[in-house]
Amino acid sequence: MQGPTPSQTVGPFFGFALPFPGGPQAASGGLRVEGQVLDGAGEPVPDALLEVSHDSDFARCGTDPEGAFHFVVRKPAPPPGEAPHMEVTVFARGLLRQLATRMYFPDEDAANAADPVLGLAGARRETLIARAEQGGLRFDIRLQGDDETVFFEI
Amino acid sequence: MVEFEPPYLYPEYRSTVLRAPQRPPVRLPEEWFETTPGPAFGRIPVKPEDADLTRQHAGEPLGERIIVTGRVLDSDGAPVRHTLVEVWQANAAGRYVDPADQHPAPLDPNFTGAGRCLTDADGRYRFISVKPGAYPWRNHHNAWRPAHIHFSIFGPALAGRLVTQMYFPGDPLQDHDPIFQSVPDARGRARLVAAFDTGVTEPEWALGYTWDIVLRGRQATPREA
Repeated sequence: MQGPTPSQTVGPFFGFALPFPGGPQAASGGLRVEGQVLDGAGEPVPDALLEVSHDSDFARCGTDPEGAFHFVVRKPAPPPGEAPHMEVTVFARGLLRQLATRMYFPDEDAANAADPVLGLAGARRETLIARAEQGGLRFDIRLQGDDETVFFEI
Repeated sequence: MVEFEPPYLYPEYRSTVLRAPQRPPVRLPEEWFETTPGPAFGRIPVKPEDADLTRQHAGEPLGERIIVTGRVLDSDGAPVRHTLVEVWQANAAGRYVDPADQHPAPLDPNFTGAGRCLTDADGRYRFISVKPGAYPWRNHHNAWRPAHIHFSIFGPALAGRLVTQMYFPGDPLQDHDPIFQSVPDARGRARLVAAFDTGVTEPEWALGYTWDIVLRGRQATPREA
């Protein structure tokens, strides 16, 4: 059997095609998460697309000219042996393949301390944990650099 | 099983230089790929007429009418049934409707260039469109993208989520395109090129192309909700 079809970049011109009405709103009455996608020079990435999922919850949101995005999610029940988290997939111009990461929740210190994936992330585990801020959570994604977000091998 | 994925850093495609992660990716236990379910895409609206990009406006778009069809398969060759396929493309003149596209080629009032459909019980998708034009971009001097249609496909597993581009056979621009050439092996690049298919071509109406898509992961049904 042949291997998978290779990936190619989402390119810059997906904004008329992939976003959909209500896309950022994975759950009603959930937690609002705001963040920014930044490149290796610390500049905003204005043409990224994020998909955030867990169980039946799914959000899709693009970034704006400041690289900013927001989505609304419910904190999921913890999977067996893991802390609650959302799967986060990043597409962008300049990414020939998607990036896979996770967002964990800041009010789960004990569960996060025991989470095996956060354990594998080592010293950079904090990049996977959202910060509490007024009115919701903050979760920035840094594609490159000293505080580069942890991405998983896919 | 051979894989031909492009690297994250491919300097010939300039936009990768500041966007490719520099740290080695963290390796998760292997079962993560197979067991983490793919996103539940059921909230994305898809109507039967979304599969015909030539009938979204009052008139018909200019260009060569085409039919693009194929099957979405998992890595065992089993069909991925009732999954979402999304496409988007430039018009026949090589211009995207996206306001970010500044290429001075005409927009077509009868063409948006975005479509969706669900695969059937055999994993088959089918779109009607017009052949997209090549267009210039600023990656390097005299850079032109070969004609292509962007595809987004959901799979049963998170690892099967695929965004890629379908190219047309016999396009000389492919040899000069760093995005296409980022796939490191000629066999991998060949997977991105559709086949002209007289069996799909409809007489007096449209040229037909066949392109099968193989997702990572195996043996499962995608979840709509």
